[in-house]
Amino acid sequence: MAKIHVNTTINGAPTEFLCDANQTLLDVLRDSLGLTGSKEGCGSGDCGACSVMVDGRLVCSCLVLAVETQGAKIDTIEGMAGGDTLHPLQKKFIELAALQCGICTPGFLVASKALLEKNPNPTETEVRYWLAGNLCRCTGYDKIVTAVLEAAAEMREGAR
Amino acid sequence: MSSQGKYKWIGTRPDRPDGADKVTGRARFGADFSLPGQLVGKVLRSPHPHALIKSIDTSKARALPGVKAVITAEDFPEQANLIVPAGEMQVNLRDVTRNIMAREKALFEGHPVAAVAATSEAVAKQALALIKVDYKVLPHVIDVADAMKPNAPVLHDHLLTEGANPPATKPSNIAKRIEFAKGDAKAAFAKAEVVIEKSYTTQPVHQGYIEPHAALASATEDGQVQLWTTTQGHFQVRGFCSRLLDIETSQIRVTATEIGGGFGGKTVVYLEPLAIKLSQKAGKPVKMTMTREEVFRATGPAPGADMTVKLGATRDGRIVAASIRIDMQAGAFPGSPVGPAAMCSFACYDLDNVHIVGFDVVSNRPKVAAYRAPGAPISAWAVESTMDLLAQKLDMDPVDLRLKNAAKKGTKTAYGVTFGEIGMVQTLEAVKNSAHYRSAVKPGHGRGVSAGFWFNVGADSSAAAHVGEDGSVTVISGNPDIGGSRASLALMAAEELGIDYDKVRCIIADTASIGFNFVTGGSRVTFATGLAVVNSVRDMIREMKVRAAKIWGVDPDAVTWENGMAKPAGSNVGEFEPLTIAQIAAQAGKTGGPINGHAQLNVTGAGPGFGVHLVDLKVDSDTGQVTITRYTAAQDVGTAIHPSYVEGQLQGGAVQGIGWALNEEYIYSAGGKLQNPGFLDYRMPVASDLPMIETILVEVPNPTHPYGVRGVGEVPIVPPTAAIGNAIARATGVRMTDLPMSPPRLSEALDTAPARMAAE
Repeated sequence: MAKIHVNTTINGAPTEFLCDANQTLLDVLRDSLGLTGSKEGCGSGDCGACSVMVDGRLVCSCLVLAVETQGAKIDTIEGMAGGDTLHPLQKKFIELAALQCGICTPGFLVASKALLEKNPNPTETEVRYWLAGNLCRCTGYDKIVTAVLEAAAEMREGAR
Repeated sequence: MSSQGKYKWIGTRPDRPDGADKVTGRARFGADFSLPGQLVGKVLRSPHPHALIKSIDTSKARALPGVKAVITAEDFPEQANLIVPAGEMQVNLRDVTRNIMAREKALFEGHPVAAVAATSEAVAKQALALIKVDYKVLPHVIDVADAMKPNAPVLHDHLLTEGANPPATKPSNIAKRIEFAKGDAKAAFAKAEVVIEKSYTTQPVHQGYIEPHAALASATEDGQVQLWTTTQGHFQVRGFCSRLLDIETSQIRVTATEIGGGFGGKTVVYLEPLAIKLSQKAGKPVKMTMTREEVFRATGPAPGADMTVKLGATRDGRIVAASIRIDMQAGAFPGSPVGPAAMCSFACYDLDNVHIVGFDVVSNRPKVAAYRAPGAPISAWAVESTMDLLAQKLDMDPVDLRLKNAAKKGTKTAYGVTFGEIGMVQTLEAVKNSAHYRSAVKPGHGRGVSAGFWFNVGADSSAAAHVGEDGSVTVISGNPDIGGSRASLALMAAEELGIDYDKVRCIIADTASIGFNFVTGGSRVTFATGLAVVNSVRDMIREMKVRAAKIWGVDPDAVTWENGMAKPAGSNVGEFEPLTIAQIAAQAGKTGGPINGHAQLNVTGAGPGFGVHLVDLKVDSDTGQVTITRYTAAQDVGTAIHPSYVEGQLQGGAVQGIGWALNEEYIYSAGGKLQNPGFLDYRMPVASDLPMIETILVEVPNPTHPYGVRGVGEVPIVPPTAAIGNAIARATGVRMTDLPMSPPRLSEALDTAPARMAAE
């Protein structure tokens, strides 16, 4: 079957690719475009390791067909740092040891950024429920939640 | 007892060296590696839990365009009946070759029976569907108690129970009987003023690493092999592949990719030998990744077990006798962690009379693999629940009961070891004095406490240290960094050298670039590989002192090392300005060439670890759902090299234990098929299930390590299940004996409790 031509904007850059009808966005990002920062932990939308933004909406890229992203704006972990400066969330994750093995980290960062864009001042409970779609098996979530709360406080401070 | 103030770097919390890589998506994990022209490898798995493989016809698959290689067990040589170490467990090579690829029989649902390499995943999957396997389905057995029955279907015709008395004469599923005894438990029970006996069960749980297994192999026509794989031990992978494929170790170069969690489950091989064999046959690189479903069906869970514990005590709470029987699942091949489960069971306590019996039992499940303190959380569930029953019966504070019986320096364990400097008493006292323990239990809540023990491991480590021409330092070791070990190693190197942490770069080398290293497991890396790093740096410092002596024209013994500089050892040596590493490095060419240090060690003297966990929770009496409202994990951690990552170990281990306690289990159909091979139905804890996990780091330095390091990674998964069960018992009056204490089980127990309690 012929491949399908798709035009998107990924991390701000116009990006086109060819895909099969049954390929997921995650497959295309990882296998065709070399953006391996998004991870496949389950392929069923349960672990959140493949979290990306599509037109400003947080999605599991393993549950999105690549052909659905025609004309879409996609943001992945690779676009999170600005030039040579890490995003405050990225800095806090390192500073507070919010990662151990690091496989879930890209997904958590993308999801956390999406939260803070919606709600710059979340409570601990709001952070915990927002991130309930992201599995981490190493940290017990404690330091992740703390890092998100501290990054949020710092970003609010910086925005003033 | 804090290490703070004593050291410049140790005990501080700098950013980890691999931090930027891991928050930007740059870090490359197992599935992130690719080679030009690579093929996709896929595995055909048995749909039956127990079946004879009469024949396998791969001709149609081979004929499919795009298929480049097909392999079955015939492609792997038979292996001798030989036990070799695999992480913290022991494995038999005869079984390992059958575990990676079924030979005579498929022994569990998901057991590999063939594999293909093709130009795309779609073609590979098509090829799997064209392989015709002629099975004769056999009766299967899933649970331990059933597998031990005399009329149970027997998995292995050659399996005679080792250690049976009288010796076994006919095959069964009981691979081994073990026994440990100290004193005379029988006589002591007869004299005990209080005796409690209770039976418990646990279900298998998966390690649950978020990264599925993945391997990329490239074999060339001259017999060399390169392999990139996500593993806790690339030297271990090299060793297994060398044996299973009959290739010399020097011909196999294994690079450990970044690893997305292992917890013991990535200390064995699954895909690696298949990928190499496929690559050899196809003449092209082959990449294999497991789906999550494959991970659940075919990689090692931790076992489930049936146990009975008996404790005898005086009325004032001194335990005079203790016994446990542990029947433990091994999965399809012998080798459960029943040994460590048995040894750890009563190791928290100073007891005179102990009797321990354990059985290693095979059944038609995936072969178990190590999972964080393998075996210890299982026996702790039974022992620590019974400890709580004893405390309730004696109307004694549960921490005081444990303090009264706590192991201390000089305590001789039932398995024969006499403890040196340990921190069980200090850890219990830290909990007793904690704000959490001193706070009132909220109405409607229950509070539980439990202790846990793990040996910790030393074993083989190699390390090298190099001075660059500008005086910065590279430290090379060979253990995959799963949880921040690069940072801990760099801290110790910086401390030794007396230079800034940022001047030390820690690299993890492939199997061809550093000497042998045992797996990242047994909580050994910061301890044992840390010691190798310290020794390699000391070797390098010794060399730098030689160079400084040369520059000054004095004897090397007249040079001392201080704050990152060579200095004259005394005023009688002469007047010399101190030499920095950069200054020594600048003259290296004239003083003897490159400056390196090396160390290779078999490390002994791992300091055992003790943890005590405290939990407050409430139970929804309608649904049986447990909400944990406060959790504190205290542990003797030796010296916390990087306290954030030590806390992280305690927090992560506690939460894995919470999952084990409340939700996680393998659920099988009557047909022997796993019903919940995905993260939706195999329910691991998520952020909204949990409170913050408070930690108390009790620092009792391990005297065998220059910085007092004790392994910390495994102990924290040992206490949680019983702490939670004990809290539930105190909140509801219902004592749970079977894990997990999931909503359906707990609500049923709550519903039937009044009748049951009346009957008792």
